[in-house]
Amino acid sequence: MKLHEYQSKKIFDRFDVPIPKGRVANIASEAKQIAEELGGRVVIKSQVLVGGRGKAGGIKLAKDPKQAKELATEILGMEIKGLPVRKILVDEIVDIDQEIYLGITNDRTCRQPVVIASSSGGIDIEEVAQISPEKIFKLTIDPLLGLQDFQVRDIALGIDLRREYWKQFIKILRGLYRAYLDTDATLAEINPLVITKDKRLIALDAKMIIDDNALFRHPEMMELRDLDVEAPAEIEAQKYGLSYIKLDGDIGCMVNGAGLAMATMDIISQFGGKPSNFLDIGGGAGATKVAAALRIILSDPNVKVILINIFGGITRCDEVAKGLLSALADVKTKVPVVVRLVGTNAEEGLKLLVNEKILTANTLAEAANISVRLSTGGAS
Amino acid sequence: MSILVNKDSRILVQGITGNEGNFHAWQMYQYANNVVAGVTPGKGGDWVFEGKVPVFDSVKVAKEATGANVSVIFVPAHFASDAMLEAADAGIELIVCITEGVPVRDMMRVRKYLDQKGSKLIGPNCPGLITPSEAKVGIIPGNITMPGNVGVISRSGTLTYEVLYAMMLLGIGTSTCVGIGGDPISGLSYIDLLEMFEIDPLTDQIVLIGEIGGTDEQKAADYISRYMTKPVVAFIAGQSAPPGKRMGHAGAIIESGSGTAEEKIKALQEVGVQIARHPEEIAILLGR
Repeated sequence: MKLHEYQSKKIFDRFDVPIPKGRVANIASEAKQIAEELGGRVVIKSQVLVGGRGKAGGIKLAKDPKQAKELATEILGMEIKGLPVRKILVDEIVDIDQEIYLGITNDRTCRQPVVIASSSGGIDIEEVAQISPEKIFKLTIDPLLGLQDFQVRDIALGIDLRREYWKQFIKILRGLYRAYLDTDATLAEINPLVITKDKRLIALDAKMIIDDNALFRHPEMMELRDLDVEAPAEIEAQKYGLSYIKLDGDIGCMVNGAGLAMATMDIISQFGGKPSNFLDIGGGAGATKVAAALRIILSDPNVKVILINIFGGITRCDEVAKGLLSALADVKTKVPVVVRLVGTNAEEGLKLLVNEKILTANTLAEAANISVRLSTGGAS
Repeated sequence: MSILVNKDSRILVQGITGNEGNFHAWQMYQYANNVVAGVTPGKGGDWVFEGKVPVFDSVKVAKEATGANVSVIFVPAHFASDAMLEAADAGIELIVCITEGVPVRDMMRVRKYLDQKGSKLIGPNCPGLITPSEAKVGIIPGNITMPGNVGVISRSGTLTYEVLYAMMLLGIGTSTCVGIGGDPISGLSYIDLLEMFEIDPLTDQIVLIGEIGGTDEQKAADYISRYMTKPVVAFIAGQSAPPGKRMGHAGAIIESGSGTAEEKIKALQEVGVQIARHPEEIAILLGR
């Protein structure tokens, strides 16, 4: 789960990582008030969960409270990459001497947290990695030992940080590491970490991503969730324990298992069709789940045909068939349904589906073939 | 022969009195009759499966009493890391974690500790493994595969069943099938298992089933080109997956343009691995 800048900064503040003075606002008049409190000059930053806010005009400088209100009105009316700006962060302006990059993330390859630092901050770190990889300093942390003092010093040395800033830097990196651990983050990033003209280190921007698997330990995080970035159908699917992702094709897919669901999408594409979604109904799919899955797939008006591919292992095919029948009785639709059932109780399941509306197939290739033909208007 | 588990394996089930654990332990017990113990803290002294399998309070006690050497874990995600650490601490050689949804931070610590203790881990978020007719550890259905000479390694669950079943229909059996799991940080990797299959005298061919996310398949390709003499057939799921979206499995995500099916297929093809276009085709390629 991605957090907004203002949410990440609140977490930084809790762990003694210095942030600029400022507050979040929903309406333009608040921006004016915050600017007055901060002495006039402020930066207004749109809070949307996409990159490139600045380039899209979502970050602007105001020289006084009046202009802060005008710019806030403008930014709050914007849409950036399809996402509406509902909140803005109004921060004091600091005078920058140098910009640094500092981030902690999980290194999948060495299975340890890794600290990434660079003396070239303020721009996309992946860009820095491509253009001048020598400017990137990386250091892995033993997950059983944690971040050691010598490692923090190594990082300061690695980015040629002047000694007068070490004390502040050590405190910031220690704070960032604690924030990363405490929130089960998969990324905690300060870009840029600035050195101001009056020699202070401040986290000018903040980005955190929290491990979805760890949210059970952080019930408070659920309130921080931004539903704008998730399609309504994806949110609905989660309520039923379904994993659904909307795509832009016209063949609806209902499959048990994530790998098989991807393989089903792939074969549809290979045969010249376009899947309208990824949907994993998970194990033990009963009538309620199947009905919910069917409704969610059909909520997309582009769907012309639905392919159901079930490999019965623990999931019993006759149960899925029963679920499907009751779901179809409930969710009346003219969209044709192609079903392929294999494995545990597949024969019993197929017998239940002797019904003119449901087409059955023996292999995945055959099911995909029929679905693609139906979606392109060919006869079955 | 086979790898990792066989008819002499003595299997312990952590979470044997829970719904999931009980159901699957019973399937395992019926399949090969080598489930020797269960562990559920607080239920030590109980018996399950018509009084045939004892339940213990801890892995250590269970191991001392029954000589268990493999543990399979069915506990909920927030207890899973503790269960893995407990099994390793008790000296269990092979730990198989079926549980889905274990936090990454827990897995980094668990993996480090298990490596220090010398325990092997499979999973988490995996279907486990099966050596047909000899041992079933996890949730892979027993009736969709038969003994044979093909070793199978996969990051997926039902997709693996699909492949095993298609193989069986063509009369192709399995030496051992291992589901290594769909999480970003897990236990045994493709490379570890390729190495084991290469030296297993009863394995003649290997199937590798991969998916988008990470670079493990590329590393496997590199390993294959250097060390493998046995032929490998592969399928990579997620060619039509959009970037930036987690496709069900926590590890199945294309991040900043890396981890695509395309680059994995290319890497494998370049080292002579045959690529199936869809899962059913794997069986056909093996039969040739």
